[in-house]
Amino acid sequence: MAKIRGAIVVDAERCKGCSVCVANCPQQVIALGKTVNSKGYYYAEMAFADKCTGCVNCAIICPDGAISVYRVKVEN
Amino acid sequence: MKELRLMKGNEAIAEAAIRAGADAYFGYPITPQSEILEYLAEQNTEEAGGMIVLQAESEVAAINMVYGAASAGRRVMTSSSSPGISLMTEGISYLAGAELPCLIVNVARGGPGLGTIQPSQADYFQSTKGGGHGDYRLLTLAPYSVQEMADFVALGFDLAFKYRNPVLILSDGVIGQMMEKVELPPALPRRQTGEPWATTGKTPDRERNIITSLNLDALKHERHNLRLQEKYRQMEAEDTRYTTNLCHDAEYLMVAYGASARIGGKAVEMAREKGVKAGLFRPVTLFPFPSKALYDAAKNVKGILSVEMSAGQMIEDVRLATECSVPVRHFGRYGGVVHAPGEILEALLQLAADSGQPTACRKGTPLPADQAQ
Amino acid sequence: MEVQEIINEKNLVYQPSKLLTGAAFNFCPGCGHGTVVRLVMEVVEEMDIQSDVIGISPVGCSVLLYDFYNIDVIQAAHGRATAVATGLKRVLPDKFVFTYQGDGDLAAIGTGETIHACNRGENITVIYVNNGTYGMTGGQMAPTTIPGMKTSTSPRGRDVATMGHPLRITDIVASLDGACYVTRQAVHTPAAVRKTKRALRTAFENQKLKRGTSFVEVVCSCHSGWKMTPLQSNRWMEENMFPYYPLGDLKVMNGQT
Repeated sequence: MAKIRGAIVVDAERCKGCSVCVANCPQQVIALGKTVNSKGYYYAEMAFADKCTGCVNCAIICPDGAISVYRVKVEN
Repeated sequence: MKELRLMKGNEAIAEAAIRAGADAYFGYPITPQSEILEYLAEQNTEEAGGMIVLQAESEVAAINMVYGAASAGRRVMTSSSSPGISLMTEGISYLAGAELPCLIVNVARGGPGLGTIQPSQADYFQSTKGGGHGDYRLLTLAPYSVQEMADFVALGFDLAFKYRNPVLILSDGVIGQMMEKVELPPALPRRQTGEPWATTGKTPDRERNIITSLNLDALKHERHNLRLQEKYRQMEAEDTRYTTNLCHDAEYLMVAYGASARIGGKAVEMAREKGVKAGLFRPVTLFPFPSKALYDAAKNVKGILSVEMSAGQMIEDVRLATECSVPVRHFGRYGGVVHAPGEILEALLQLAADSGQPTACRKGTPLPADQAQ
Repeated sequence: MEVQEIINEKNLVYQPSKLLTGAAFNFCPGCGHGTVVRLVMEVVEEMDIQSDVIGISPVGCSVLLYDFYNIDVIQAAHGRATAVATGLKRVLPDKFVFTYQGDGDLAAIGTGETIHACNRGENITVIYVNNGTYGMTGGQMAPTTIPGMKTSTSPRGRDVATMGHPLRITDIVASLDGACYVTRQAVHTPAAVRKTKRALRTAFENQKLKRGTSFVEVVCSCHSGWKMTPLQSNRWMEENMFPYYPLGDLKVMNGQT
């Protein structure tokens, strides 16, 4: 059976750590990290990468255009 | 081919705008200049030659429409009268700040406030010292005939584009409403060349263009202001205009512009008939003010009469130009009253009669006895 | 499969519009302005009209729009964006012209220009971000502030008896014959964002068809002004703003996509 796998790349310098993506991720993939960017914001990152389906919800809700999304169909 | 017509000053402005290949006019009715919009509307300019004519909902909207169309690098104009120009000053400051070319016509009337619809020159400060907020100037042309109303339109557009700065034609109700013979220039083709700075859509072959007057960095903004000042100095050096009449041997100089120069010119002739060697110095650009030329013209005179339909505004520039080396007096009627040649002559003769007596530099003409309370 | 294998050009399904300059947005963290700003460029990119589009930025939080957009932009005086758009569109009738304005700009100082441009049916797109407050100047009361809402100039809450009622300018615009498409949207959920993007697309397509004024309101939070977190303010918006500013189309002319 085919499985959808996704991944996101967060532009750490653009991210302001608002957490809107965290709240809107249906798979609870995203969390704020423990390091800050040059502006002092804790930025979002994939905390549970294997759960990401590449649904793009996080990217389209991101007010800073900081997220790119990748998706691939994996045959088991 | 040149064409002769009998026209109102306001109509001459409108016809000249069409012939100058103006791309757009945005305006709002106000006396005594509504004929400009009416004339343009009557000519059906958009169908006839592609010139947009739009009646805005206010002068505020009109000047901002000018801002938008000027951003496209087009020849754009508006016209109004004093209270309307006051409403436009915010937009004018933005136009000057964003360095956009446009032509603004003020057919001035008496103020302050709603004032009167009769002619006045009390908008001199507003026109030449900036008017709105910030360190900016408008290149200000002051026509004194219907012919100049027509001639200054194409000239105004050329200067506006030369400096990327708004140009103001400061007229008054006399020049706007009077009818004279006017020789109209042949129609110019519409400008086809695009301005490299214009916001017409960013094509792949160029960087994006931004029209703004905002600079959050004060040092950057200071540099911007310095550049504006440089531009104004260049206007002084290259585009100062004035005319002189009977000034070569004059002992008494009258300085007047617009309708005052028209009427004052008659008073100068009358003074000559009475044996007083008077001459007329007429600034054509009020900014830049022809200071150097006036300084030179005033070298051998005994006194200067500054004549304006105001309480004395240009007189400050006359005094600055002559560095108080010559006594300068003001004569003027206020609030919409147009002076008669006879009363200007009287003031001129009085100045001649008083010559040799010390005259305080700052002293103006006292009110006539019948007006003094 | 390793994450690094997934992150590959051929698997890319979403990235920020290439028409953004890359400059970080100056909005507060979580502000919906950023989402709307982004969506406009996504629509422009998808329609492939970047060479023919000119944006007009207001005075307010989005004044620096031109820092983010790699297109031609004019910065307008406070409230005058639709008048500026009128002048520009009249001399460039075949270009796409949009204004991007906040509620202070569009619905207070610019009410006259807004109403008259829409009433003339200027063939432009008006994007109106309504967050019920003056964000840039620090959260003062706007004409759109809802009753009882505390702002720095209504510290005890907006009292309609003395401060007036919230202005639903979008409803007024919908009543004007010149407006061809009037809608109210939001960007607080992924579904709402998708709807807003569709609305923006319609609003730009209408220009191509020379239909008149398209007006897209986006109800938005201003958590800095409202003194909440981004997530709290989105909830507060749903509970308190949406009853006053219900989402949906207010006017759709026949034949619109």
